[in-house]
This record gives sequence, C-alpha cells and structure tokens, in this order.
Amino acid sequence: MEKDIFSRLAPRWRTHIATVGMLARQGFTQEMQYPKGQPMAVRRDAFPPGGGMPGSDLDFMRAQHLDPNNVQFGVLIPLGAAQSLQNIDLSVALCTAINDWQVEEWTSREPRLRGSIVAAYQDPQAAVAEIHRLAGKRDFVQVSLLSRLPNPIGHRSFWPIYAAAAEVGLPIGVHAFGNGGWAITGGGWPSYYGEDMMSHAQTSQSALASLVLEGVFERFPTLRVALIEGGLGWLPSLRWRLDRIWERSRDELAHLPRPPSEYIRESVWLTSQPIEEPANRQHIAEVIDWIGWDRVLFASDYPHWDFDDPQRAMPLPLSRERRDRFFLKNALDLYGIPHG
Amino acid sequence: MNDLNVGGDRPRPYRGAVDCDVQITVPHRDALLPYLDEYWRDVSLQRGLQTLDTAAFPRQAPINARPDWRLPEPASVRDQLRSLQVNLLDRYGFSAAICNCLYGVQLLHSEDMGQSIARALNDWIAREWLDNEPRLRASIVVPMQNPTMAAEEIRRVATDRRFVQVLMLVMGEMPLGKRYYWPIYEAAEECGLPVGIHAGSMYRHPVTGTGWPSYYAQDYFSQASAFQTQLTSLILEGVFGAFPTLRVVLSETGVSWLPPYLWRLDKYWHGLRSETPWVKVPPSEIVRSRVRLTTQPFDTPADPAVVERLLDHIGSDEMLLFASDFPHWRFDGDDLLPAGVSPDQIAHISRANPLATYPRLAEGVVP
Repeated sequence: MEKDIFSRLAPRWRTHIATVGMLARQGFTQEMQYPKGQPMAVRRDAFPPGGGMPGSDLDFMRAQHLDPNNVQFGVLIPLGAAQSLQNIDLSVALCTAINDWQVEEWTSREPRLRGSIVAAYQDPQAAVAEIHRLAGKRDFVQVSLLSRLPNPIGHRSFWPIYAAAAEVGLPIGVHAFGNGGWAITGGGWPSYYGEDMMSHAQTSQSALASLVLEGVFERFPTLRVALIEGGLGWLPSLRWRLDRIWERSRDELAHLPRPPSEYIRESVWLTSQPIEEPANRQHIAEVIDWIGWDRVLFASDYPHWDFDDPQRAMPLPLSRERRDRFFLKNALDLYGIPHG
Repeated sequence: MNDLNVGGDRPRPYRGAVDCDVQITVPHRDALLPYLDEYWRDVSLQRGLQTLDTAAFPRQAPINARPDWRLPEPASVRDQLRSLQVNLLDRYGFSAAICNCLYGVQLLHSEDMGQSIARALNDWIAREWLDNEPRLRASIVVPMQNPTMAAEEIRRVATDRRFVQVLMLVMGEMPLGKRYYWPIYEAAEECGLPVGIHAGSMYRHPVTGTGWPSYYAQDYFSQASAFQTQLTSLILEGVFGAFPTLRVVLSETGVSWLPPYLWRLDKYWHGLRSETPWVKVPPSEIVRSRVRLTTQPFDTPADPAVVERLLDHIGSDEMLLFASDFPHWRFDGDDLLPAGVSPDQIAHISRANPLATYPRLAEGVVP
C-alpha cells in the first residue's frame, strides 16, 4: 500500500496518513472492527516470494492463479478503506491513485486482466469526474462501490454515479464490505467475524432491495449491476418477497410501474463466491435455474482465504453451454468483451 | 389422512389445526389504562402518551390487513375477536390460535415504562382475549430493554398456562444471541416456553444495516434479512448449547430464504469454527432440531412445482409451523398455505409440529 499507492499521493495526504491515519468510521486505526480469520483475510500461500502483499505481484498471481486455473478474463477489484474514509478529500485522492495503479501495474501489463474504477461515493461529483476520466480506457470494465454505505445504496445521493455509469455504459459492481458507520445488522453489532462474513449476504439483499425500491433501475433502465461476494442463493427468495410487497404497496411504490423481479431479471448479475454448498448439489442448480443461468458469474476471490477453487466451485454435471456461461461468457457479455 | 374429508361437503384439511401466529391489536391507548398501576396510569394521562403502534406495522398499510378482514378503526377487542372466530377459527375448525400482540412496548427507551406497559399488556391479553375464547393462546410480551425485567415478567405470567411462548422482536438493541439476553432464555427454558422471535424492531438501528430507507416496503422486506442475521447470532453465540432444551420459533419471517442461508452458514462454520469452538455440529443440524418457522408469509411464487422443490430444499417436514398471520394480507381466499404443500405435509405443519413445539398446547387442545 505504502509503496504502490501512497507514493502517488500529494505530500499533504502522505503527511495526513502518516499522522492521523485513515479514519474509516470505525474505532481502530489498524485492525478491522472484526479481526479476520486469517492475517488480512488472505490465503497463507498467497504472499509473493519477493515480498509485498498478496495480490500485489502480477508475476506471482500469474503463476499461482491465472495460468494454472486457465483464467482467460479476470476483473480486479481493489478493496481497502479508500471509499469508506471520513476525510472525503483523502478518499478522492486515494481512489485516483488506486485507479492509476491498476493501469500501470496490472492492466497495461496483462491483457487478461481488467480493472474497476474505484469511486469516492461520498463526493458524487468527484466520482463522476473520475468515471469520465477513465471510462474510455480499455483498462476498466466497471465502477466499483461497496455494500456497506452510510445511506442505503439506492439513496438519491448516489444517483449521479449511476447516471454517469449508465451514460458511459459501465456496470456498477457492488462488492461486499465497507464501513457505513451503522451497526452492520438491523439488530446491532454482532460479536464474531463469522457473523460479519455471514451478514454480507443480508447486506447484499438490502442493497438490491434498495436499488429496486428507491427506483434506480426505473430511472436508469440501461444501468447494470453486479453484486459481488454476497453469494447468490438468496436471490429467488428476495425476488418473491419483493414482488409480493410491491403488489401490496402500489400506492407507496407508485414510482415503480413494474414488479421488482422484472428490474432484477434485466439489470442484475451475481458473482458466485462464496457459493452456497448444499449437501445435495442439485439444489444449487435448481436455485440457479430460478435466477437464470445467464446472470451468474464465476468469482474466485483470489487471494482471500475463502477463495472458491474453479475446479470445485460448481461440482455438478453441467451442460457445456451452462459451464461456458457460468465460467466465462456471462462475464464477457456483461463487461462488453467481444467473443466468438 | 382420514380427516381430510370429514366435516361436510368440502375437504377440511385444516380441521384441528393450530394457528401459530395471529395478530391482536390494542385498539387505543385507553384500553390499557385499567391494567396500569396508579403511577403509570397518571403518567400516561399527564404526559398524553399516544398509542404505541410501530413503524414495522402501520395499521393502514394494505399489507397489514387483508381487505375482507379489515375492520373500521379503532377496532374493539370484541370486533377483532368476532372476525377471528368467523374468518378462521370457526371457518376452518382450528383447535387453537396463538396471539402475538405487537404493541411497541419494546421501543420505549425507559426500561421502567417498558416494564409497566408490558405487564399491563399481558394482563389485558389474559383478561380480554384468553378469558373470552377458549381456543386462544398467547405469547408473553417482555420488556426487551432490560433482560432482567423481561425474565421477571416471564416468570410472573408463565403461571397462566394459556401463555405458550415468549415474544421477542427480531431487531433489538444488539444481536439476540449475545449473553446480555441470556436471562430471557434461562427463564423461558425454565418455564418450558419456546422463544418466539417475531418480525418487528426496537428501531435502535436502521433496519437495513446501511442506513434508513425511504419506503415502508423496504422496512417490510428487511425483516426477512434480520431473521437471517439473528439466527447466525443465536447459533454462533452458543445459545442452543447453553440452553439445551430451548426452542426458538421464527414468526412472520418469510420461509424461502432458509435453505440457501443454511448452506452458506454451514460453509462458513466449516471455515471459521475455531472462532466459535463451542458450536460442535453444523448449524443446519441445530436449526433442524431446535428452530421452527411459521408459514406466513412463505415468500414463494404461485407455481406449485417451485414450492415442492423448496420444501425438498428445507428437507424436513418438522420445521414449519402453520400460521395464518391474521389479519395481515398474506393470501386470499382459502389459500392458507401455498399450492404445492401436500396433504401429508399440511398435517405435520398444522397439527403435529405445533403440538411438538408448544408443550402447553397439549393441555386442553384436542387436535
């Protein structure tokens, strides 16, 4: 982080980080509010032999993941606290630095990889400017937001970002995590990292319900959204529940002329990791039947500890077409990569 | 299934059923005044305390009363009870119905005020409802603001054996598995009462976990997600190990989220079990033996084939408890359960499972 990212910042921000740090709506300056299950939540074998953080060395990523797993197309999602910072100007500066780093260190050197525009959602104007600065480059295929935000993700304060993404034709990727400043469940702060991890599925549900109910898809009909790292099995139940409350709330939801399931079917994709693992594996296939096989994207979460191995993530006899869609073609279609 | 065709000219698959979740409503603030002690009666009047209806259930929201069951407000106990008898108990031949009163006692920030109104409410339920209809049973409303007071209220009210469970709201001050709440579980277990966790919130936190939504529809939606986070809390905090005979009933949850939720929880338990080593078996096994869900809303599509698949994903006929969620608008006509539930499953869900879950039902309920 220090070498790769901070070195790109103006002296003011390097001093800021060196003195008060990167305060991010939580109490610790270093540790996360839920200490991870592994150091930095990464695979213990993912530290590059030449030093540095897991996921910071392209050659090692090629050797450990891209080559052996035959990855033909990979989307980078730089996490870290940049988007959740209390200091909005620092957040804007860091997002720009991270975006430039993706181009220089990754996408310009490895044609299989594409980046995500990290947007400082707290300053929508700056986020929009950053989207316009980078959208024309082949290096970026989506705009990246987090699921835990200070307002529900469908809130009007974020709409300029959705307008810009729709205008330039990039999907919004909503990745689990972030610090919104609120208790991470509607019933308060849980105790364990396991609850933190489990709750990403519920936060993803909240995010999707918010996007639909607040009218984002109605207002921006060409906007596409990928929900990342929240799992996928919950989607059918969510759709059924939302359709029912929509039927019963036509006055309150007068801004939604169509049932929620239609917006979701058109505009929403889900990544697989951490894929749910029922004892009867056929059950997950049935759930994806209900979601739609054209809307699920394989994700490994490399280099994190809960990495889903592509050899094992979908242990089912799938038709050739479904396998191709799940592992590659759906992603190429969503992210606008030409293929045969 | 001998009784499928008794009782006249049409099948009566719900004859003898136990309805595990019907809502009763405090008509207005004054209804409780006779049940408050002198000090709190004075407080209520002097401070002009209003009715404690909550944002989780706005009375006039369409989903909160089926159109043909909606009564002019304020609906008296007499009118509510008559509607319940005509539309459910008599119409289908239920043997019993468990009343949940979602009055906003738990939302008050004053622990003392919460305690006094909870007491009044439980006494009102016993006198005005249970005394007037022998098929009714009820849940004990507790001041969640103070678990010691809540435990005290459980022990006070549980002597009336028509109270068959303890009622908690799904969103409280902190996750329900935390040790802070354990006095409630200790008292419930001691009295042989399941803990019924019902949709609703103390509104100490925004219902989404990421801020306040614009629409009531999202508040409604979020209840289902809240049940998921609370079940994680109860399991990982070790509540089921610490209270080995305690049962938990999740009411008004939406049902269809359960299977994929458990697949995910089992997976993370495998990956992170060193963090909570007291959880010794996969969470799905704990849920299967100790947790029950009421059946409305079910959150399924109209296609019976999908419902059949979902029941297979749930994988047990013992987990569901029949409930109408009266008078909430969950279904129309006689579709008490979604199409796709078999007659054999209806028998389990509507009779055997409630009797197995609520030991007190056996006292005076003829299935």
